[in-house]
Amino acid sequence: MPLLLVGAVTTIWITAIAVSVGVLIGLVVGVARLSENVLIRGLSRIYIDCIRGTPLLVQILIIYLGIPNLLFVITKQQMPINVYVAGITACAINSGAYVAEIVRAGIQSIDRGQSEAARSLGMTRAQTMRYIILPQALKRIIPPLGNEFIAMLKDTSLLSVIGVEELTRKGQLYIAVTFASFPVYLGILLMYLAMTLSISRLITLAERRLAVSDRSD
Amino acid sequence: MIVVTDLYKSFGKLEVLKGITTRIKEKEVVVVIGPSGSGKSTFLRCLNLLEQPTAGKIVIDHFAVTDPQTNINKLRAEVGMVFQHFNLFPHKTVLENIVLAPMKVRGLSREEAEERAYSLLHKIGLAEKAAVYPSSLSGGQQQRAAIARALAMQPRVMLFDEPTSALDPEMVGEVLTVMQDLAEEGMTMVVVTHEMGFAREVGDRVLFMDEGQILEEGSPESIFQNAQHERTRVFLSKIL
Ligand SMILES: Nc1ncnc2c1ncn2[C@@H]1O[C@H](COP(=O)(O)OP(=O)(O)O)[C@@H](O)[C@H]1O
Ligand SMILES: [Mg+2]
Repeated sequence: MPLLLVGAVTTIWITAIAVSVGVLIGLVVGVARLSENVLIRGLSRIYIDCIRGTPLLVQILIIYLGIPNLLFVITKQQMPINVYVAGITACAINSGAYVAEIVRAGIQSIDRGQSEAARSLGMTRAQTMRYIILPQALKRIIPPLGNEFIAMLKDTSLLSVIGVEELTRKGQLYIAVTFASFPVYLGILLMYLAMTLSISRLITLAERRLAVSDRSD
Repeated sequence: MIVVTDLYKSFGKLEVLKGITTRIKEKEVVVVIGPSGSGKSTFLRCLNLLEQPTAGKIVIDHFAVTDPQTNINKLRAEVGMVFQHFNLFPHKTVLENIVLAPMKVRGLSREEAEERAYSLLHKIGLAEKAAVYPSSLSGGQQQRAAIARALAMQPRVMLFDEPTSALDPEMVGEVLTVMQDLAEEGMTMVVVTHEMGFAREVGDRVLFMDEGQILEEGSPESIFQNAQHERTRVFLSKIL
């Protein structure tokens, strides 16, 4: 049991880092997705489509095994990559694509009149985005970001495949010693459930807070 | 002075403005009337390039609005706009709504911007509302705050697009009063409105727009009492 708890803690911090980096990526790509520049818009679209259109498991394998292999072919030198770094990187890149779509939807949900008012005052596109649109959009994207966190928390179980000792992997290691498959997997399941339920509870609370402070509509 | 020459605007296949030509003098108050869909809003929005004209020429003072070389943001800073639905920034207090653009666009310090904001708020009777959020204001108060926000940029021209049509009737007066004061101070104004009392008392000239053209124009008296076109008379009979 303590072993599983250690795994659960790993799961949480891996998810936290992956989603945090994912939010940074997502903010940039989400704004880029609505850029006036065709190239920027196209590139962000390609990133989003490629990531969302392929399995996370394969993305993890590409980063952990595929890229070192490619580098070896090119440089003829072994460059092993840390499983944690590889795993978190894959998850962050994956999360970034989903967050980008959340950000785009958030920006587009803001009434056009807001940017028209800002532009009519002489503010640039960038100023309008920064001072008027994003602050309002961010409030609206907090709940879907919470859902993204939950989704990523569950998906980090895929990292067990490359040997990241998060919750699922810890359980498997425990089973290898005890052969108690059912109780251990059931325990793992319940721990995931406990984590996701707590997080959705937090989201609900945050949403209620925002509803109170949201004087917008 | 605003000089509009042969202005055309299409949305895809739909031609909304079909050759608008007019000249608006400094300190003149021009009231634009006409049926819904006749292109009044589009005309106004072309003046500060919220819509890009398809063809034609607009010059506002020394700004060649339709010249691609013109800095759009510089131009817009000189042209204030008031919208039907106020479009105040809901996440900012009334004061912040007013000081934002003067600070970010004009480069005023916070002190200068706030000083300007407070003097405007006094003028429109909203000084005690500086620290509240727009949602706790009545419609009339929101629209007055929106006018103050536009005025804080000290524009050369003010455009109003049906500024009172989203308001409850009892609040129309307070907004029109602010606009009338502004006109008396010598602001150049283009106002789309169905408030004929305002047009008659404050307007120097009335433009009647119909199907993307200025069908007729003239002093308020000549239009209201002596319209040349049947369509103008029909429209006026419905609205008066
Ligand atoms: N962004 C737009 N895209 C397509 N059609 C538009 C757009 N804006 C206005 N129109 C159309 O242009 C016509 C004139 O609209 P508008 O200028 O708003 O008229 P008014 O303000 O006189 O009621 C209408 O038929 C309207 O549907
Ligand atoms: Mg209109």
